[in-house]
Amino acid sequence: MNSAEPTCALEISHLRKSFGGLVATHDVSLTIRPGERRLIIGPNGAGKTTLFNQITGDLQSTAGQIRLFGVDVTHLTPYRRAHLGLARTYQIITLFDRDTLEHNVTLGLLGLRPSRWQMWRPLSYYGDLSTEARRILDAVGLLHLADSLVSDLAYGEKRRVELAMALAQKPRVLLLDEPLAGLSNAERATVKALIAAIPRETAVVMIEHDMDTALDLAETVTLLNYGRVIVDGERDAVVADPKTREVYLGV
Amino acid sequence: MKWIAAVLFAAMLVLLPSVAGDFYVNLASQILIAAIFALSLNLLVGFGGMTSLGHASFLGVAAYISALLTSRYGFAHGPAAIVSIAGTTAMAAVFGVIALRASGLGFLMITLALSQVLWGLAYRMSNVTNGDNGIAGLTRPMPFGISLDSAASFYWFALAVASVSFLMMTTFVSSAFGSSLKGVRDQPRRMAALGFNPWMIRWITFIYAGFWGGVSGLLYVYYNKYIHPTSLSTTSSAEALLGVIAGGSGTLSGPAVGAALVLLLKNYASAYVERWNMLLGLVFLFIVLVMPTGIVPGLSKLLNLRRGSR
Repeated sequence: MNSAEPTCALEISHLRKSFGGLVATHDVSLTIRPGERRLIIGPNGAGKTTLFNQITGDLQSTAGQIRLFGVDVTHLTPYRRAHLGLARTYQIITLFDRDTLEHNVTLGLLGLRPSRWQMWRPLSYYGDLSTEARRILDAVGLLHLADSLVSDLAYGEKRRVELAMALAQKPRVLLLDEPLAGLSNAERATVKALIAAIPRETAVVMIEHDMDTALDLAETVTLLNYGRVIVDGERDAVVADPKTREVYLGV
Repeated sequence: MKWIAAVLFAAMLVLLPSVAGDFYVNLASQILIAAIFALSLNLLVGFGGMTSLGHASFLGVAAYISALLTSRYGFAHGPAAIVSIAGTTAMAAVFGVIALRASGLGFLMITLALSQVLWGLAYRMSNVTNGDNGIAGLTRPMPFGISLDSAASFYWFALAVASVSFLMMTTFVSSAFGSSLKGVRDQPRRMAALGFNPWMIRWITFIYAGFWGGVSGLLYVYYNKYIHPTSLSTTSSAEALLGVIAGGSGTLSGPAVGAALVLLLKNYASAYVERWNMLLGLVFLFIVLVMPTGIVPGLSKLLNLRRGSR
Protein backbone atom coordinates (compact mmCIF):
# COMPACT_ATOMS: atom_id res chain seq x y z
CA MET A 1 0.00 0.00 0.00
CA ASN A 2 1.35 3.36 -0.96
CA SER A 3 0.98 5.13 2.36
CA ALA A 4 2.83 8.29 1.33
CA GLU A 5 -0.04 9.59 -0.72
CA PRO A 6 -3.03 7.34 -0.78
CA THR A 7 -5.33 7.91 -3.69
CA CYS A 8 -8.38 7.10 -1.62
CA ALA A 9 -9.49 8.95 1.49
CA LEU A 10 -12.20 6.43 2.22
CA GLU A 11 -12.56 3.07 0.59
CA ILE A 12 -15.55 0.90 1.37
CA SER A 13 -15.85 -2.53 -0.14
CA HIS A 14 -18.76 -4.95 0.04
CA LEU A 15 -19.95 -3.52 3.31
CA ARG A 16 -22.94 -5.15 4.92
CA LYS A 17 -24.91 -4.69 8.10
CA SER A 18 -27.79 -6.85 9.14
CA PHE A 19 -29.91 -6.57 12.27
CA GLY A 20 -31.20 -10.11 12.59
CA GLY A 21 -33.15 -10.71 9.39
CA LEU A 22 -33.22 -7.04 8.43
CA VAL A 23 -30.42 -6.06 6.09
CA ALA A 24 -29.70 -2.34 6.47
CA THR A 25 -26.77 -2.09 4.10
CA HIS A 26 -26.20 -4.64 1.44
CA ASP A 27 -22.88 -4.98 -0.37
CA VAL A 28 -22.07 -1.26 -0.38
CA SER A 29 -18.87 -0.26 -2.16
CA LEU A 30 -17.74 3.36 -2.37
CA THR A 31 -14.52 5.22 -3.01
CA ILE A 32 -13.99 8.78 -1.84
CA ARG A 33 -10.97 10.75 -3.02
CA PRO A 34 -9.14 13.15 -0.69
CA GLY A 35 -10.95 16.47 -0.70
CA GLU A 36 -13.96 15.11 -2.58
CA ARG A 37 -17.46 16.47 -1.97
CA ARG A 38 -19.87 13.57 -1.93
CA LEU A 39 -23.60 13.64 -1.42
CA ILE A 40 -25.44 10.52 -0.34
CA ILE A 41 -29.13 10.47 -1.10
CA GLY A 42 -31.88 7.94 -0.79
CA PRO A 43 -35.36 7.56 0.64
CA ASN A 44 -35.96 7.10 4.38
CA GLY A 45 -34.70 3.73 5.53
CA ALA A 46 -32.28 3.40 2.64
CA GLY A 47 -29.41 2.72 5.06
CA LYS A 48 -27.65 6.08 4.84
CA THR A 49 -27.18 6.68 8.56
CA THR A 50 -26.40 2.99 9.13
CA LEU A 51 -23.62 3.36 6.58
CA PHE A 52 -22.28 6.39 8.46
CA ASN A 53 -22.39 4.49 11.73
CA GLN A 54 -20.46 1.65 10.14
CA ILE A 55 -17.84 4.05 8.81
CA THR A 56 -17.38 5.70 12.22
CA GLY A 57 -17.42 2.39 14.08
CA ASP A 58 -20.55 3.06 16.11
CA LEU A 59 -21.84 -0.09 14.46
CA GLN A 60 -19.70 -3.11 13.75
CA SER A 61 -20.09 -4.28 10.19
CA THR A 62 -21.42 -7.77 9.48
CA ALA A 63 -19.15 -8.15 6.47
CA GLY A 64 -16.96 -6.09 4.19
CA GLN A 65 -14.06 -3.75 4.70
CA ILE A 66 -13.50 -0.05 5.42
CA ARG A 67 -10.16 1.60 4.68
CA LEU A 68 -9.25 5.10 5.76
CA PHE A 69 -6.27 6.46 3.82
CA GLY A 70 -5.19 2.93 3.12
CA VAL A 71 -5.51 1.75 6.73
CA ASP A 72 -7.96 -1.05 7.39
CA VAL A 73 -10.22 0.35 10.12
CA THR A 74 -13.01 -2.23 9.84
CA HIS A 75 -12.44 -3.52 13.36
CA LEU A 76 -11.12 -0.37 15.03
CA THR A 77 -13.04 1.40 17.78
CA PRO A 78 -14.62 4.80 16.98
CA TYR A 79 -11.99 6.80 18.87
CA ARG A 80 -9.14 5.15 16.98
CA ARG A 81 -10.81 6.12 13.71
CA ALA A 82 -11.14 9.70 14.97
CA HIS A 83 -7.38 9.75 15.50
CA LEU A 84 -6.93 8.69 11.88
CA GLY A 85 -8.73 11.84 10.75
CA LEU A 86 -12.40 10.88 10.74
CA ALA A 87 -15.07 13.22 12.14
CA ARG A 88 -18.83 13.32 12.00
CA THR A 89 -21.93 15.28 12.92
CA TYR A 90 -25.22 13.76 14.00
CA GLN A 91 -28.66 13.88 12.50
CA ILE A 92 -30.05 14.12 16.04
CA ILE A 93 -28.17 16.93 17.75
CA THR A 94 -25.66 15.44 20.18
CA LEU A 95 -24.14 18.25 22.21
CA PHE A 96 -23.18 18.89 25.82
CA ASP A 97 -26.25 20.86 26.87
CA ARG A 98 -25.07 21.94 30.30
CA ASP A 99 -21.78 23.33 29.04
CA THR A 100 -20.87 26.49 27.21
CA LEU A 101 -20.29 26.64 23.47
CA GLU A 102 -16.63 27.24 24.10
CA HIS A 103 -16.42 24.12 26.26
CA ASN A 104 -18.16 22.06 23.58
CA VAL A 105 -15.72 23.09 20.90
CA THR A 106 -12.82 22.69 23.35
CA LEU A 107 -13.79 19.04 23.80
CA GLY A 108 -13.59 18.70 20.03
CA LEU A 109 -10.03 20.00 20.18
CA LEU A 110 -9.04 18.08 23.31
CA GLY A 111 -10.00 14.66 21.96
CA LEU A 112 -7.02 14.47 19.65
CA ARG A 113 -4.47 15.96 22.04
CA PRO A 114 -2.41 14.06 24.63
CA SER A 115 -3.42 16.64 27.25
CA ARG A 116 -6.84 14.96 27.42
CA TRP A 117 -5.21 12.57 29.94
CA GLN A 118 -3.95 15.44 32.13
CA MET A 119 -5.22 14.89 35.65
CA TRP A 120 -3.77 17.68 37.74
CA ARG A 121 -3.97 20.80 35.64
CA PRO A 122 -7.30 22.55 35.14
CA LEU A 123 -8.60 22.75 31.60
CA SER A 124 -8.24 26.54 31.77
CA TYR A 125 -4.44 26.03 32.01
CA TYR A 126 -4.45 25.37 28.28
CA GLY A 127 -5.03 28.89 27.00
CA ASP A 128 -4.39 27.84 23.40
CA LEU A 129 -7.42 25.53 23.55
CA SER A 130 -9.64 28.43 24.49
CA THR A 131 -8.17 30.70 21.82
CA GLU A 132 -8.56 28.05 19.16
CA ALA A 133 -12.11 27.20 20.26
CA ARG A 134 -13.10 30.85 20.02
CA ARG A 135 -11.52 31.12 16.59
CA ILE A 136 -13.62 28.20 15.37
CA LEU A 137 -16.76 29.65 16.92
CA ASP A 138 -15.99 32.88 15.14
CA ALA A 139 -15.71 30.99 11.86
CA VAL A 140 -19.24 29.61 12.28
CA GLY A 141 -20.53 33.02 13.42
CA LEU A 142 -21.21 32.10 17.05
CA LEU A 143 -18.39 33.88 18.87
CA HIS A 144 -20.83 36.24 20.59
CA LEU A 145 -22.45 33.19 22.23
CA ALA A 146 -19.19 31.50 23.30
CA ASP A 147 -20.04 31.74 27.00
CA SER A 148 -23.69 30.78 26.65
CA LEU A 149 -24.95 27.34 27.54
CA VAL A 150 -25.84 25.09 24.63
CA SER A 151 -29.26 24.53 26.21
CA ASP A 152 -30.00 28.24 25.76
CA LEU A 153 -29.39 28.15 22.00
CA ALA A 154 -31.90 28.11 19.19
CA TYR A 155 -32.07 24.96 17.10
CA GLY A 156 -30.34 26.46 14.11
CA GLU A 157 -27.44 27.61 16.26
CA LYS A 158 -27.07 24.13 17.72
CA ARG A 159 -26.68 22.77 14.19
CA ARG A 160 -23.77 25.14 13.71
CA VAL A 161 -22.18 24.03 17.00
CA GLU A 162 -22.43 20.44 15.72
CA LEU A 163 -20.44 21.51 12.71
CA ALA A 164 -17.97 23.55 14.77
CA MET A 165 -17.15 20.57 16.99
CA ALA A 166 -16.39 18.40 13.99
CA LEU A 167 -14.35 21.14 12.30
CA ALA A 168 -12.32 21.53 15.50
CA GLN A 169 -10.94 18.06 14.83
CA LYS A 170 -9.47 19.25 11.51
CA PRO A 171 -10.66 16.02 9.94
CA ARG A 172 -9.41 14.55 6.68
CA VAL A 173 -12.78 12.89 6.18
CA LEU A 174 -15.89 14.60 7.51
CA LEU A 175 -19.27 12.89 7.59
CA LEU A 176 -22.24 15.26 7.79
CA ASP A 177 -25.54 13.62 8.64
CA GLU A 178 -28.31 15.95 7.46
CA PRO A 179 -26.59 19.21 8.42
CA LEU A 180 -29.51 21.23 7.07
CA ALA A 181 -32.34 19.30 8.74
CA GLY A 182 -34.94 21.53 10.34
CA LEU A 183 -33.33 24.83 9.36
CA SER A 184 -35.05 27.91 8.01
CA ASN A 185 -34.14 29.24 4.59
CA ALA A 186 -31.86 31.90 6.00
CA GLU A 187 -30.11 29.37 8.25
CA ARG A 188 -29.73 26.98 5.33
CA ALA A 189 -27.87 29.64 3.40
CA THR A 190 -25.57 30.23 6.38
CA VAL A 191 -24.77 26.55 6.89
CA LYS A 192 -24.39 26.01 3.15
CA ALA A 193 -21.76 28.76 3.06
CA LEU A 194 -20.00 27.15 6.04
CA ILE A 195 -19.88 23.77 4.34
CA ALA A 196 -18.69 25.34 1.11
CA ALA A 197 -15.87 27.00 3.05
CA ILE A 198 -14.52 23.74 4.50
CA PRO A 199 -10.88 23.51 3.38
CA ARG A 200 -10.00 21.20 0.52
CA GLU A 201 -7.79 18.99 2.70
CA THR A 202 -11.03 17.60 4.04
CA ALA A 203 -13.16 15.17 2.10
CA VAL A 204 -16.82 15.79 2.89
CA VAL A 205 -19.46 13.08 2.74
CA MET A 206 -22.93 14.42 3.31
CA ILE A 207 -26.35 12.88 3.78
CA GLU A 208 -28.99 15.43 2.90
CA HIS A 209 -32.59 15.53 1.74
CA ASP A 210 -32.60 19.15 0.68
CA MET A 211 -31.51 18.54 -2.90
CA ASP A 212 -31.63 22.17 -4.00
CA THR A 213 -28.98 23.18 -1.48
CA ALA A 214 -27.03 19.94 -1.28
CA LEU A 215 -26.53 19.40 -4.99
CA ASP A 216 -24.75 22.75 -5.22
CA LEU A 217 -22.22 21.52 -2.67
CA ALA A 218 -21.65 18.11 -4.22
CA GLU A 219 -19.29 16.95 -6.93
CA THR A 220 -20.33 13.35 -6.80
CA VAL A 221 -23.55 11.69 -5.72
CA THR A 222 -24.41 8.23 -4.47
CA LEU A 223 -27.98 6.99 -4.45
CA LEU A 224 -28.85 4.31 -1.92
CA ASN A 225 -32.06 2.33 -1.78
CA TYR A 226 -32.84 -0.69 0.38
CA GLY A 227 -29.23 -0.68 1.51
CA ARG A 228 -27.79 -0.98 -1.99
CA VAL A 229 -25.93 1.48 -4.15
CA ILE A 230 -28.29 2.17 -7.06
CA VAL A 231 -26.39 4.90 -8.86
CA ASP A 232 -22.96 6.31 -8.14
CA GLY A 233 -20.97 8.90 -10.05
CA GLU A 234 -20.58 12.53 -11.10
CA ARG A 235 -23.37 14.76 -9.91
CA ASP A 236 -24.99 15.60 -13.21
CA ALA A 237 -24.85 12.06 -14.46
CA VAL A 238 -26.53 10.73 -11.32
CA VAL A 239 -29.23 13.39 -11.39
CA ALA A 240 -29.95 12.66 -15.02
CA ASP A 241 -30.04 8.90 -14.48
CA PRO A 242 -33.55 7.48 -14.93
CA LYS A 243 -33.06 5.22 -11.90
CA THR A 244 -32.52 8.28 -9.69
CA ARG A 245 -35.67 9.83 -10.95
CA GLU A 246 -37.53 6.63 -10.33
CA VAL A 247 -36.27 6.02 -6.78
CA TYR A 248 -35.76 9.42 -5.35
CA LEU A 249 -37.30 12.18 -7.36
CA GLY A 250 -40.46 10.21 -7.84
CA VAL A 251 -40.96 11.44 -11.38
CA MET B 1 -16.61 37.16 50.83
CA LYS B 2 -16.29 33.58 49.67
CA TRP B 3 -12.68 33.48 50.89
CA ILE B 4 -13.61 34.76 54.32
CA ALA B 5 -16.31 32.12 54.61
CA ALA B 6 -13.85 29.41 53.54
CA VAL B 7 -11.22 30.55 56.05
CA LEU B 8 -13.80 30.73 58.84
CA PHE B 9 -15.04 27.26 57.96
CA ALA B 10 -11.49 25.88 57.96
CA ALA B 11 -10.73 27.53 61.30
CA MET B 12 -13.92 26.09 62.72
CA LEU B 13 -12.93 22.59 61.58
CA VAL B 14 -9.43 22.87 63.05
CA LEU B 15 -10.57 24.36 66.37
CA LEU B 16 -13.51 21.99 66.85
CA PRO B 17 -11.82 19.79 69.50
CA SER B 18 -11.16 22.80 71.72
CA VAL B 19 -14.84 23.70 71.95
CA ALA B 20 -16.63 20.38 71.61
CA GLY B 21 -16.62 17.33 73.84
CA ASP B 22 -15.21 13.94 72.88
CA PHE B 23 -18.58 12.61 71.72
CA TYR B 24 -18.90 15.33 69.11
CA VAL B 25 -15.26 15.17 68.12
CA ASN B 26 -15.61 11.45 67.48
CA LEU B 27 -18.78 12.07 65.55
CA ALA B 28 -16.90 14.62 63.46
CA SER B 29 -14.13 12.07 62.79
CA GLN B 30 -16.70 9.59 61.57
CA ILE B 31 -18.25 12.24 59.36
CA LEU B 32 -14.85 12.98 57.82
CA ILE B 33 -14.31 9.29 57.07
CA ALA B 34 -17.79 8.94 55.59
CA ALA B 35 -17.19 12.13 53.58
CA ILE B 36 -14.03 10.75 51.94
CA PHE B 37 -15.91 7.57 51.15
CA ALA B 38 -18.88 9.46 49.68
CA LEU B 39 -16.63 11.77 47.67
CA SER B 40 -14.86 8.80 46.12
CA LEU B 41 -18.20 7.22 45.24
CA ASN B 42 -19.28 10.54 43.76
CA LEU B 43 -16.43 10.32 41.24
CA LEU B 44 -18.27 7.33 39.81
CA VAL B 45 -21.90 8.31 40.38
CA GLY B 46 -21.83 12.06 39.92
CA PHE B 47 -19.00 12.71 37.52
CA GLY B 48 -18.83 9.41 35.68
CA GLY B 49 -22.50 8.48 35.47
CA MET B 50 -21.63 5.03 36.85
CA THR B 51 -24.01 4.23 39.69
CA SER B 52 -22.30 1.68 41.89
CA LEU B 53 -23.95 -0.27 44.67
CA GLY B 54 -20.77 -2.01 45.72
CA HIS B 55 -18.43 0.74 46.73
CA ALA B 56 -18.15 -0.66 50.26
CA SER B 57 -15.91 -3.34 48.74
CA PHE B 58 -13.03 -0.90 48.71
CA LEU B 59 -13.63 0.43 52.19
CA GLY B 60 -14.04 -3.06 53.61
CA VAL B 61 -11.15 -4.73 51.82
CA ALA B 62 -8.69 -1.98 52.73
CA ALA B 63 -9.83 -2.22 56.33
CA TYR B 64 -9.59 -6.02 56.40
CA ILE B 65 -6.14 -6.11 54.79
CA SER B 66 -4.80 -3.60 57.30
CA ALA B 67 -6.47 -5.39 60.21
CA LEU B 68 -5.12 -8.80 59.19
CA LEU B 69 -1.63 -7.60 58.45
CA THR B 70 -1.20 -5.72 61.71
CA SER B 71 -2.97 -8.15 64.03
CA ARG B 72 -2.00 -11.50 62.55
CA TYR B 73 1.12 -11.05 60.50
CA GLY B 74 2.95 -8.56 62.68
CA PHE B 75 3.16 -5.79 60.09
CA ALA B 76 3.89 -2.27 61.26
CA HIS B 77 1.16 0.23 60.39
CA GLY B 78 3.19 1.97 57.67
CA PRO B 79 3.85 -1.07 55.44
CA ALA B 80 0.39 -2.45 56.24
CA ALA B 81 -1.19 0.79 55.03
CA ILE B 82 0.80 0.72 51.80
CA VAL B 83 -0.03 -2.94 51.09
CA SER B 84 -3.66 -2.33 51.96
CA ILE B 85 -4.06 0.66 49.65
CA ALA B 86 -2.08 -0.98 46.85
CA GLY B 87 -4.11 -4.17 47.18
CA THR B 88 -7.41 -2.30 47.19
CA THR B 89 -6.41 -0.26 44.15
CA ALA B 90 -5.37 -3.39 42.29
CA MET B 91 -8.69 -4.97 43.19
CA ALA B 92 -10.46 -1.89 41.84
CA ALA B 93 -8.58 -2.35 38.56
CA VAL B 94 -9.84 -5.94 38.28
CA PHE B 95 -13.39 -5.08 39.41
CA GLY B 96 -13.41 -2.23 36.89
CA VAL B 97 -12.60 -4.57 34.02
CA ILE B 98 -15.50 -6.81 35.06
CA ALA B 99 -18.08 -4.12 35.90
CA LEU B 100 -17.37 -1.86 32.93
CA ARG B 101 -18.47 -4.55 30.54
CA ALA B 102 -21.90 -3.12 31.30
CA SER B 103 -23.33 0.30 31.94
CA GLY B 104 -26.36 1.64 33.77
CA LEU B 105 -28.36 -1.01 35.60
CA GLY B 106 -26.02 -3.79 34.48
CA PHE B 107 -23.06 -1.95 35.96
CA LEU B 108 -24.96 -1.45 39.21
CA MET B 109 -25.84 -5.15 39.43
CA ILE B 110 -22.25 -6.28 38.78
CA THR B 111 -20.83 -3.96 41.45
CA LEU B 112 -23.51 -5.21 43.83
CA ALA B 113 -22.70 -8.84 43.03
CA LEU B 114 -18.94 -8.35 43.46
CA SER B 115 -19.39 -6.67 46.83
CA GLN B 116 -21.75 -9.44 47.92
CA VAL B 117 -19.07 -12.00 47.09
CA LEU B 118 -16.62 -10.16 49.34
CA TRP B 119 -19.21 -9.80 52.07
CA GLY B 120 -19.93 -13.53 51.85
CA LEU B 121 -16.22 -14.33 52.03
CA ALA B 122 -15.77 -12.10 55.08
CA TYR B 123 -18.59 -13.96 56.79
CA ARG B 124 -17.71 -17.51 55.77
CA MET B 125 -13.91 -17.57 55.68
CA SER B 126 -13.92 -17.42 59.44
CA ASN B 127 -10.48 -18.99 59.75
CA VAL B 128 -9.08 -15.86 58.10
CA THR B 129 -11.57 -13.09 58.86
CA ASN B 130 -12.92 -14.43 62.13
CA GLY B 131 -16.37 -14.36 60.51
CA ASP B 132 -19.24 -12.78 62.34
CA ASN B 133 -17.06 -12.02 65.35
CA GLY B 134 -15.00 -9.60 63.36
CA ILE B 135 -11.42 -8.73 64.16
CA ALA B 136 -11.05 -6.87 67.42
CA GLY B 137 -8.21 -5.50 69.46
CA LEU B 138 -6.66 -3.47 66.67
CA THR B 139 -4.47 -0.45 67.24
CA ARG B 140 -4.20 2.98 65.69
CA PRO B 141 -1.00 3.98 63.93
CA MET B 142 1.46 6.46 65.42
CA PRO B 143 2.52 8.72 62.57
CA PHE B 144 5.82 10.47 63.47
CA GLY B 145 5.52 9.06 66.94
CA ILE B 146 2.31 10.92 67.69
CA SER B 147 -0.35 8.83 69.38
CA LEU B 148 -3.79 9.00 67.77
CA ASP B 149 -5.58 7.45 70.70
CA SER B 150 -7.24 10.63 71.93
CA ALA B 151 -10.38 11.82 70.18
CA ALA B 152 -8.80 15.17 69.27
CA SER B 153 -5.56 13.82 67.81
CA PHE B 154 -7.41 11.27 65.67
CA TYR B 155 -9.78 13.97 64.52
CA TRP B 156 -6.90 16.16 63.35
CA PHE B 157 -5.33 13.20 61.59
CA ALA B 158 -8.61 12.43 59.82
CA LEU B 159 -9.06 16.11 59.00
CA ALA B 160 -5.62 16.25 57.37
CA VAL B 161 -6.32 13.13 55.28
CA ALA B 162 -9.79 14.37 54.36
CA SER B 163 -8.43 17.75 53.28
CA VAL B 164 -5.82 16.15 51.05
CA SER B 165 -8.37 13.77 49.56
CA PHE B 166 -10.88 16.55 48.95
CA LEU B 167 -8.19 18.61 47.24
CA MET B 168 -6.99 15.69 45.13
CA MET B 169 -10.47 14.68 44.02
CA THR B 170 -11.43 18.28 43.26
CA THR B 171 -8.29 18.67 41.16
CA PHE B 172 -9.12 15.41 39.39
CA VAL B 173 -12.60 16.46 38.30
CA SER B 174 -11.54 20.00 37.33
CA SER B 175 -8.68 18.75 35.17
CA ALA B 176 -8.71 18.12 31.44
CA PHE B 177 -9.28 14.47 32.29
CA GLY B 178 -12.21 15.48 34.47
CA SER B 179 -13.74 17.27 31.48
CA SER B 180 -13.33 14.09 29.47
CA LEU B 181 -15.02 12.14 32.25
CA LYS B 182 -18.02 14.47 32.38
CA GLY B 183 -18.20 14.38 28.60
CA VAL B 184 -18.28 10.59 28.61
CA ARG B 185 -21.04 10.71 31.22
CA ASP B 186 -23.20 13.02 29.08
CA GLN B 187 -22.50 11.90 25.50
CA PRO B 188 -20.34 8.78 25.34
CA ARG B 189 -20.91 8.27 21.65
CA ARG B 190 -19.96 11.80 20.72
CA MET B 191 -16.88 11.62 22.94
CA ALA B 192 -15.70 8.50 21.12
CA ALA B 193 -16.22 10.25 17.80
CA LEU B 194 -14.11 13.14 19.10
CA GLY B 195 -11.20 10.81 19.81
CA PHE B 196 -11.70 10.04 23.52
CA ASN B 197 -11.51 6.46 24.75
CA PRO B 198 -14.64 6.16 26.92
CA TRP B 199 -13.79 2.78 28.40
CA MET B 200 -10.30 3.84 29.48
CA ILE B 201 -11.61 7.08 30.98
CA ARG B 202 -14.19 5.18 33.00
CA TRP B 203 -11.71 2.52 34.07
CA ILE B 204 -9.12 5.01 35.31
CA THR B 205 -11.84 6.80 37.25
CA PHE B 206 -13.02 3.52 38.73
CA ILE B 207 -9.50 2.76 39.94
CA TYR B 208 -9.06 6.25 41.34
CA ALA B 209 -12.37 5.99 43.18
CA GLY B 210 -11.29 2.60 44.51
CA PHE B 211 -8.06 4.12 45.77
CA TRP B 212 -9.86 6.79 47.80
CA GLY B 213 -12.42 4.25 48.94
CA GLY B 214 -9.46 2.31 50.30
CA VAL B 215 -8.11 5.39 52.07
CA SER B 216 -11.45 5.89 53.80
CA GLY B 217 -11.39 2.20 54.75
CA LEU B 218 -8.02 2.59 56.44
CA LEU B 219 -9.29 5.53 58.48
CA TYR B 220 -12.41 3.54 59.25
CA VAL B 221 -10.50 0.63 60.73
CA TYR B 222 -8.12 2.96 62.60
CA TYR B 223 -11.05 4.79 64.12
CA ASN B 224 -13.05 1.74 65.15
CA LYS B 225 -10.06 -0.48 66.03
CA TYR B 226 -12.40 -3.26 64.94
CA ILE B 227 -13.70 -4.60 61.68
CA HIS B 228 -16.82 -6.63 60.96
CA PRO B 229 -18.33 -8.01 57.71
CA THR B 230 -21.11 -5.37 57.84
CA SER B 231 -18.56 -2.84 56.60
CA LEU B 232 -18.68 -4.77 53.30
CA SER B 233 -22.46 -5.06 53.24
CA THR B 234 -24.86 -3.57 50.74
CA THR B 235 -26.22 -1.36 53.51
CA SER B 236 -22.81 0.25 53.82
CA SER B 237 -22.70 0.88 50.05
CA ALA B 238 -26.28 2.08 49.95
CA GLU B 239 -25.82 4.54 52.82
CA ALA B 240 -22.95 6.17 50.98
CA LEU B 241 -24.99 6.28 47.78
CA LEU B 242 -27.87 7.90 49.68
CA GLY B 243 -25.44 10.46 51.05
CA VAL B 244 -24.14 11.25 47.57
CA ILE B 245 -27.61 11.64 46.11
CA ALA B 246 -28.99 13.59 49.08
CA GLY B 247 -26.06 15.98 49.18
CA GLY B 248 -25.96 16.46 45.44
CA SER B 249 -24.24 14.04 43.09
CA GLY B 250 -21.85 15.62 40.64
CA THR B 251 -21.11 18.53 42.98
CA LEU B 252 -17.82 18.95 44.80
CA SER B 253 -19.05 19.33 48.38
CA GLY B 254 -22.51 17.76 48.14
CA PRO B 255 -21.48 14.19 49.01
CA ALA B 256 -19.66 15.38 52.13
CA VAL B 257 -22.80 17.19 53.28
CA GLY B 258 -24.93 14.15 52.47
CA ALA B 259 -22.57 11.80 54.28
CA ALA B 260 -22.66 14.09 57.32
CA LEU B 261 -26.44 14.07 57.25
CA VAL B 262 -26.65 10.28 57.14
CA LEU B 263 -24.17 9.91 59.99
CA LEU B 264 -25.85 12.54 62.16
CA LEU B 265 -29.21 10.89 61.69
CA LYS B 266 -27.72 7.50 62.41
CA ASN B 267 -25.74 8.47 65.52
CA TYR B 268 -27.54 11.42 66.97
CA ALA B 269 -31.16 10.92 66.10
CA SER B 270 -31.03 7.24 67.00
CA ALA B 271 -30.48 8.28 70.62
CA TYR B 272 -33.88 9.96 70.68
CA VAL B 273 -35.89 8.15 68.04
CA GLU B 274 -35.99 4.41 68.16
CA ARG B 275 -36.92 3.99 64.51
CA TRP B 276 -34.20 6.20 63.11
CA ASN B 277 -34.37 4.40 59.78
CA MET B 278 -37.87 5.75 59.38
CA LEU B 279 -36.62 9.24 60.14
CA LEU B 280 -33.88 8.76 57.56
CA GLY B 281 -36.51 7.73 55.05
CA LEU B 282 -38.64 10.79 55.79
CA VAL B 283 -35.66 13.11 55.45
CA PHE B 284 -34.81 11.62 52.08
CA LEU B 285 -38.40 11.84 50.97
CA PHE B 286 -38.29 15.53 51.87
CA ILE B 287 -35.03 16.06 49.96
CA VAL B 288 -36.23 14.21 46.88
CA LEU B 289 -39.47 16.20 46.82
CA VAL B 290 -38.11 19.63 47.62
CA MET B 291 -34.56 19.51 46.25
CA PRO B 292 -34.41 16.69 43.71
CA THR B 293 -30.86 17.57 42.69
CA GLY B 294 -29.61 17.40 46.29
CA ILE B 295 -29.04 19.66 49.28
CA VAL B 296 -26.07 21.64 47.98
CA PRO B 297 -27.48 22.50 44.53
CA GLY B 298 -30.90 23.05 46.13
CA LEU B 299 -29.60 25.49 48.73
CA SER B 300 -27.41 27.40 46.29
CA LYS B 301 -30.42 27.75 44.02
CA LEU B 302 -32.41 29.16 46.94
CA LEU B 303 -29.62 31.62 47.78
CA ASN B 304 -29.43 32.77 44.16
CA LEU B 305 -33.19 33.31 44.10
CA ARG B 306 -33.02 35.47 47.22
CA ARG B 307 -30.12 37.46 45.81
CA GLY B 308 -31.98 37.90 42.56
CA SER B 309 -35.14 39.21 44.26
CA ARG B 310 -33.20 41.80 46.24
